[in-house]
Amino acid sequence: MQKSLKIKAMNRIIKIIFLDILKNKIILAYTFILAILSWSSFGLEDNSAKGLLTILNIILFTVPLVSILFATIYLYNSSEFIELLLSQPIKRKKIWTSLFLGLSLSMVLAFFVGAGIPLLINAPDRIGVMMLIVGILISLVFVALAFLSSIITRDKAKGIGIAIMTWLYFALLFDGMVLFLLFQLSDYPIEKAMVGVTALSPIDLARIQILLQLDVSAMMGYTGAIFKDFFGTSLGLIISFLLLCLWVFIPFFVSLRKFKSKDL
Amino acid sequence: MIEIKNIYKKFGKLEVLSNVNLSFDKGECIALIGPNGCGKTTLIKSVLGMVIPTKGDVLFDQKSILNEFEYRKNIGYMPQIGRYPDYMTVGQIIEMMKKIRNSHENLDEDLFKAFELEKMFDKEMRTLSGGTTQKVSATLAFLFNPDVLILDEPTAGLDPLASEILKEKIIKEKEKGKLILITSHLLSELDEMVTQIIFMQDGKVHFHKTIADLLDSTNEKKISKAIAKILKNKSNEQNN
Repeated sequence: MQKSLKIKAMNRIIKIIFLDILKNKIILAYTFILAILSWSSFGLEDNSAKGLLTILNIILFTVPLVSILFATIYLYNSSEFIELLLSQPIKRKKIWTSLFLGLSLSMVLAFFVGAGIPLLINAPDRIGVMMLIVGILISLVFVALAFLSSIITRDKAKGIGIAIMTWLYFALLFDGMVLFLLFQLSDYPIEKAMVGVTALSPIDLARIQILLQLDVSAMMGYTGAIFKDFFGTSLGLIISFLLLCLWVFIPFFVSLRKFKSKDL
Repeated sequence: MIEIKNIYKKFGKLEVLSNVNLSFDKGECIALIGPNGCGKTTLIKSVLGMVIPTKGDVLFDQKSILNEFEYRKNIGYMPQIGRYPDYMTVGQIIEMMKKIRNSHENLDEDLFKAFELEKMFDKEMRTLSGGTTQKVSATLAFLFNPDVLILDEPTAGLDPLASEILKEKIIKEKEKGKLILITSHLLSELDEMVTQIIFMQDGKVHFHKTIADLLDSTNEKKISKAIAKILKNKSNEQNN
């Protein structure tokens, strides 16, 4: 009885946050842009492979950027709301988790309506479903990273700066560094180590998972073959999905621990 | 009802509260006074669990509040500066709080009526003046009939009429046997309301006395005069 009451209280807060975000014009614009990009890229070519590549790029660049920026700014703008809730009989954990679930739910919904539906209609196969799942996971990962960057500092400008740097790092810098290492150490047998290195970036995990499904790994040379050996097996696939899930949970739980001891 | 035990709080190197020990009982109206930055708000926020003490404990009905939240059902809090989501209307805020507390019965709408908030029901919070925001804060603090009311500078920013309404309400609630905790700088206002007084300075409790004690020991009739006398004596002691 008491348990169900607690869950009800949580649902009420999630509902308030969720409805508040849905009223936000940015999230509507994001959905709309995703929809235009996806429908037009599927519509232009008869071959759905090119459409899939466009959506892959959306998942790797646009989704992370919008998720982390929107969530960070939303959290800073909710500081009054959070303060108000804290003086009420609500657990701190519940406040932070509700914010996370509300934000995640709306980012996932935006991605699903914008890119997921065209994906399922135009590529209703294993690859389509897989891209949908990866896109949703990437949305969640970057919402979680936004929670981490907004708890690190009270300063809104600094927090948004950290969010942008995080995105830049994972979307561009990390790849550059991996390539650099690959060339510098090309005399050594580091291919197997590279598989481990990809686990350090959620965007790379997503990229490799999908590229291998698209069967363009032949273009990736010997390293590609090693990747295929690992990620191509169902065990590798499960491990890489679990790694993506860890990228959601770890940043969120670190931020939750910090929020529990924060002074307001 | 509330006991504060050996509380210390540091913000970085700054020690805001240092070994504070206090206890508050039902039916009392307690004024918390002291110069700016002496730790009054931090003390209040520690009781609310918004600030987590570096050391020490706060007991509410003999139970520690650390990592607890249910006890806040029994507390109404009016912050010094109420901060609310900008784009929510007064009506939405009040409705939201009712939903969060999940209580639609036993609501105390006296202040809501007295402040004529229904006229502002559709106004967004960001368009409200400081005083009107205070009225909303006060209404929310009293709305759920809590046993304990914590009011941080309740009358600052309110016009004379509104602050008179609020004072009457505070006295009425005190007579019902509730515990009321007020911080204030306006000593002249406290005379009619408070039964005990706590004076804080530099994060320490300087004294905690009943009003009768305070007036007796200083031979004064008004709180403001009595406090002034104590402070004067103290500075004389320091000079000698």
